[in-house]
Amino acid sequence: MRVHRASFLAGVRDIAPMLLGAAPFGLITGVSAVAAGMAAVDVTFMSLTVFAGASQLAAIALIGSGAAVWVVLLTVLMINLRHVMYAAALAPQVRDLGLGSRAAIGAVLVDHVYAFASLRFAKRERDLDRRDYVLGLGLTMWLVWTGATAVGAFAGAQLPPSWQLDFAVPLMFLALLIPSIRDRPGLVAALTGGGLALALAGLPYNLGLVSAALAGIAAGTIADTLLAARRGEDA
Amino acid sequence: MTRPEVWFTIVGMALVTFALRGSFLLAADRTTLRPLVQRALRYVPPAVLAAIVAPALAQPSGAAIGPFDLRLIAGLVAGLVAWRTRGILATFGTGMLTLWGLTWLLG
Repeated sequence: MRVHRASFLAGVRDIAPMLLGAAPFGLITGVSAVAAGMAAVDVTFMSLTVFAGASQLAAIALIGSGAAVWVVLLTVLMINLRHVMYAAALAPQVRDLGLGSRAAIGAVLVDHVYAFASLRFAKRERDLDRRDYVLGLGLTMWLVWTGATAVGAFAGAQLPPSWQLDFAVPLMFLALLIPSIRDRPGLVAALTGGGLALALAGLPYNLGLVSAALAGIAAGTIADTLLAARRGEDA
Repeated sequence: MTRPEVWFTIVGMALVTFALRGSFLLAADRTTLRPLVQRALRYVPPAVLAAIVAPALAQPSGAAIGPFDLRLIAGLVAGLVAWRTRGILATFGTGMLTLWGLTWLLG
């Protein structure tokens, strides 16, 4: 396998500023996992194999609260559904690549990687090797993410419980939630999901979380459809 | 969860995530998402994240000022910062500092 060095390095350069955000996120993920009762090795293994921050935080919280395996997997599935959007958006631009190259791109297709890849692919640069550019972006991010998680986990194991670092998990989710509300349908989705999750918190197996999330998605979609229909009538 | 169960869960998470990321890149060369599905996918993050956050913040932690749990207060302050700054670290920092400050005041 030949690696197109210039393209790989272009990816490394593009992703570099993003590492400033990813490294502390990884540190906090490691620290909060240990605070929630996970072994440091286990959460490092999680970052190495899963490589999806928000879903990892959710899994950490659920594992800590003793949820069933399938609830954790279903929650991870829902949080990472957005990656299907990325894959679908990128697919037309990599259709001519081999299966192995497409699998490699898929393996590292996290949020920032998708953002840069879609930007550069749209320019149709002749001398850009798409697989190696994406690997430059993705492998750099992956290395920093896993490394930061490990540092956070092993250092976090030394910190006393009085620091209440398990609170990091809801805080990080709050920090991800608020910017994800971009418009009124988004607000409807969040209020429905959050409100129902509160009302259904007593249900077994965290069923409340799953059904509240699904209802929130439906509510947001319906609100969006209604708003779009109304705009259509106005026009 | 026992430790082997945790490992099993992690491997499952990795497979699920890779299946989602690889989905359209690997299998379907010509399929595209239907508009309704695309629309619904946009609302997955706010719905799921809110469903996780709300019960976590509402859960009593044992330390409270009157009817207000310290973690709920710290969460509301952090939420305000998240709304104004949209910064992950600013949100995290404010939330932890508020919780530590309140704990220290009560202690």
